[in-house]
Amino acid sequence: MSDPVSAMSGATFAGLAKVEDSGLQGMITLRGDLASAVLQAAVKAATGAEVPVSGQVALSDQGGVAWMSPDELLLLVPYAEVDAKVSELSEALKGEHALAVNVSDARGVFRLSGEGAREVLGKVCPVDMSAEAFKPGQFRRTRMAQVAAAFWLDHDGVFHIVCFRSVAAYVFNLLSASAHPQSKVVVY
Amino acid sequence: MSTRLANTGRLIDRSKQIEFTFNGKRMKGYAGDTLASALLANDQMMVGRSFKYHRPRGVVASGPEEPNALVGLGTGDRFEPNQRATTTELFSGLSAQSQNHWPSLDFDVLAINNKLSRFLTAGFYYKMFIHPRPLWKHVYEPIIRQSAGLGKAPDKELKDADTYEHFYFFADVLVIGGGVAGLQAAKAAAESGAKVLLIEQHNYWGGRAPVDGGTIDGMEPGAWVEKTLEELRGMDNVTLRDRCMGAGVYDHGYALGYERLTDHAPGQGGPRHRLWRIRASQIVTATGAIERPLSFAGNDIPGVMLAASMRDYAVNWGVTPGQKVVVATNNDDAYRTAIALHGAGVEIVRVLDTRDSGGGALMEEVRQLGIRVECGRGIAKVKGTKRVTGVAICAQNGEGGAQEEVAADAVAMSGGWSPVVHLWSHCGGKLVWDQAHANFRPDPERPPLGADGNGFVVAAGAANGASDLGAALQDAQTAGEAAANAAGFTPKTVNAPAAEAPVETPMQPVWLMPAKADIKLRMKSWLDYQNDVKVSDVQLAAQEGFESVEHTKRYTTLGMATDQGKLSNINGLAILADSLGSEIPQVGTTTFRPPYHPISMGAIGGEARGEIFQPLRKTPMYEWHDSNGSDWEPVGQWRRPFAYVRSGETLHDAVNREVKNTRENLGLLDASTLGKLVVKGPDAGKFLDMMYTNMMSTLKIGKCRYGLMCSENGFLIDDGVVARIDEDTWLCHTTTGGAERIHGHMEEWLQTEWWDWKVYVANVTEQLAQVAVVGPNARKVLEKLNEKAGGGMDVSKEALPFMEWRDGEIGGFKARAYRISFSGELSYEIAVAASDGLAFWTALMEAGQEFGVMPYGTECLHILRAEKGFIMIGDETDGTVIPQDLGLHWALSKKKEDFLGKRAHSRSHMADPDRWQLVGLETVDGSVLPDGAYAVGNGVNANGQKNTIGRVTSTYYSSNLGRGIAMGLVKHGPKRMGEVIDFPGTDGKIYKAKIVDQVFYDKEGEKQNV
Repeated sequence: MSDPVSAMSGATFAGLAKVEDSGLQGMITLRGDLASAVLQAAVKAATGAEVPVSGQVALSDQGGVAWMSPDELLLLVPYAEVDAKVSELSEALKGEHALAVNVSDARGVFRLSGEGAREVLGKVCPVDMSAEAFKPGQFRRTRMAQVAAAFWLDHDGVFHIVCFRSVAAYVFNLLSASAHPQSKVVVY
Repeated sequence: MSTRLANTGRLIDRSKQIEFTFNGKRMKGYAGDTLASALLANDQMMVGRSFKYHRPRGVVASGPEEPNALVGLGTGDRFEPNQRATTTELFSGLSAQSQNHWPSLDFDVLAINNKLSRFLTAGFYYKMFIHPRPLWKHVYEPIIRQSAGLGKAPDKELKDADTYEHFYFFADVLVIGGGVAGLQAAKAAAESGAKVLLIEQHNYWGGRAPVDGGTIDGMEPGAWVEKTLEELRGMDNVTLRDRCMGAGVYDHGYALGYERLTDHAPGQGGPRHRLWRIRASQIVTATGAIERPLSFAGNDIPGVMLAASMRDYAVNWGVTPGQKVVVATNNDDAYRTAIALHGAGVEIVRVLDTRDSGGGALMEEVRQLGIRVECGRGIAKVKGTKRVTGVAICAQNGEGGAQEEVAADAVAMSGGWSPVVHLWSHCGGKLVWDQAHANFRPDPERPPLGADGNGFVVAAGAANGASDLGAALQDAQTAGEAAANAAGFTPKTVNAPAAEAPVETPMQPVWLMPAKADIKLRMKSWLDYQNDVKVSDVQLAAQEGFESVEHTKRYTTLGMATDQGKLSNINGLAILADSLGSEIPQVGTTTFRPPYHPISMGAIGGEARGEIFQPLRKTPMYEWHDSNGSDWEPVGQWRRPFAYVRSGETLHDAVNREVKNTRENLGLLDASTLGKLVVKGPDAGKFLDMMYTNMMSTLKIGKCRYGLMCSENGFLIDDGVVARIDEDTWLCHTTTGGAERIHGHMEEWLQTEWWDWKVYVANVTEQLAQVAVVGPNARKVLEKLNEKAGGGMDVSKEALPFMEWRDGEIGGFKARAYRISFSGELSYEIAVAASDGLAFWTALMEAGQEFGVMPYGTECLHILRAEKGFIMIGDETDGTVIPQDLGLHWALSKKKEDFLGKRAHSRSHMADPDRWQLVGLETVDGSVLPDGAYAVGNGVNANGQKNTIGRVTSTYYSSNLGRGIAMGLVKHGPKRMGEVIDFPGTDGKIYKAKIVDQVFYDKEGEKQNV
């Protein structure tokens, strides 16, 4: 019966940059002692990536790990495997004080690509989006106009944006408005 | 007359003619014109009426300091009042209307105020309209509002046709102002490698220098500007932005830039304005200087203009406001105007120099041109009403006895220059009084300070008080290097470009012309053109005891208009200082506040309009609700269905139908917005025992318990059902509005007080779509779903008893089902992944058809719970209510040593038996009590008002009971069962209600436990 749908069901907009609903992305909030060898091993096993330092995302073929706070990580895994991964993590972390919880469906996830992507984000996030300041592998929790959001830049020059599912339509419309074809700032 | 000149106009393109209208009259200008220069070219001397006396007013200045030439610009959904003609670039089809007159600009009834000006002095309104008191509101204020004010507000039915946006930018050095000083400072900073942003308010670079002359590195200033721009454009670390005004400087190197993208080409698409939100390590303010008017009688008559502005019109736009011009000055700069106009073929009738010995090289040059210069002279009075017709000349040192009258149609005046210190001052930069130039300039010892205690703003060029071209460039070089250095870069030490300009003789401060002008002249000597403040008004204020400049400002309204006193500030406070027998620096300036020049509301709002005005939170089932008649209710930022209205139904009908159907058949509620917090850890039980008033640590795995949360002051802040998931995990439900707040509350206690407790909290509210399946047929629909899916969770009474939960599958969906009831009916709340939410809801709707399923909204939810006497956070509580007020003593654990709020509950007032307590209320006639109504008792209070003894907290029509039901807090309520009390309504009726038990329906609770 289950046929899960992502928050914006594949919506796209093309302007200064291309805005696309990324579809369903498995995500796990993991809270715990990030210095713990047990936790680090469990994270590596679940995602294929190492625990990153502050402000970074570590990406692997199967997923990735983003640094959220001194005791919180966001694990990226395939959507279909998320329950299994949560169980594995919980099992591996038995005896540790840690919390692993599935948040895949709590989110809207977007890809933002193209030449104007940096400027589009620069209109709604108080972040230095210049190429010198924001590099591939960086991960930023911030404010996107009036809502909380986070994004990272992958090595293909694509920004991946995460927001709460309930405001996915707001974020999609916000990014689309900011990518209006005649609104190029011409600084990046 | 005011006209276009034949051969000048470096900014206009005479090959591109542009048509526009002013007050409906068709006029022509050229590409590159401002609206002001185009109006002058069409001999439109009078452009508006003054604020108070409705005097004719013309263009005085050429930039953002202009006080008079404000127009209503555009039409319909692009109409905007109070737009400055001097900062409005001309475009084809521009439509402008003058302001503040009735019925027309040329004939204005309220010009009678001018005749009454003896009576309309400073403070007139305060003195006149204070008595009798009631007349203010009903008579005086409406009349004054009608007669005062500038532009009209746009039509309230129309929406701004344009869009706006913000842009965040980060730089090492922000340079504000693209004159020669700004260009040089930017270059000096950029050569260190620092990332530089240079912004300029106009659509052209170079500021005044190309108009004022001299040479830079042997070049004409205009050529040097082009060369320097090329160099800057070639540097990767430099961003240049014109039409972008520095609007404000704030703490931590934050600054606002106001970029006007399409004002010069409306409707071309894309945002109209972009607000740059800039973070810079260092800010250089190279904002130039503004010329001051001279205070002589008739200095507001159209045709009287600032000398440098008159020069701007001639050189930049090829326009002269007159054919016979008198120049009045106290300094050398105004001679440049005489030279420029003379060169353009305009007759200079006289140059009146207040200084007994006159000026230096520039004066000599003027004399060589055959222009008559008179020293020690000033203007006694300008003749004319709607335009200048002549000038009476007098000795500057006298009382105004005219020695000669000359015919003239324009007057150029120069009272000296004031550095634009606004941006320096916004964030606390201090000023020093420069005696030699009679102006306030930035005090380099006291700049605005950053978080590290060091200055983060450097002023440069004329804005820093530099008095000539060479000094300005040298100062700019130093400022640019200093800013780069402070931003952590190593500047190249190079010499500033060498400049040549005539040597100038010192200016003479002149605050009143003539110096001993009598009262009649002073009453016609304007300080603040826009707010109609004269020399005599400031003197009167001083006489009446207004010694502080801030008080004088507010009493006289000096500098309070939309130009914020750019022309009037220094002249006004000099008059005040003189009247008080004090020195100008002792009187000081008023406060400079952002923005430097008005910016649009649209730019401030940015992209937030229309569907992205604010975020609306939507559940996964939002679209289904929307296409099934949902009447939306805002709950925080969520939108929830209030009721689902069918065609032919009123909202009230829909609610009543949903209420009855849920009790009799089957209702579905989208409960996804309820907060869901996972609390996990070895200390989670201990933690929740502190958070909730009742015991959560003893809850058995698989069971649920309703809990109350109090603040440390004992007041109820939230409630909800808590489920024990496993040995060290609980799931806490919060109210819809409480999810983020209670999550923050938990984190605060964990992070600040119990940081050593091993507890993690995660907010999973949005992970889950939750559906309340409610009514006698609730179990049947779930069983049917499972049957269709070939099995699933056993939802029988035995397998899933009341107040327990189970994980499993329902209808093929991975689900967690809670047997909890907020309605008193057989009820399940079922949580599935949000991504499955819509599919699950749709499956329930389909399977429920045979059981009479209907979705229900928040109003039905409220009525069902009120029939059962369940409280609602936000209705029965308002931040002043404690659990004891609501009869919830049973939920206050006596076994626990402590919980948040426990100590507060023992305070004397909290334990007071006189506190109002929850009861049910039944109107005697079955009607519905007004929401929020107060019950009155005997006697009156100290204010002579009837004593109140209670209030309504929830009130509804119950279609199940066929009558109004209500809950309320009443003094000694539970002891007064059966008493009838009075609730006066705002409709004049008195509602009589009987105090009853608040459980109106199924008191034994049999229906939910089946």
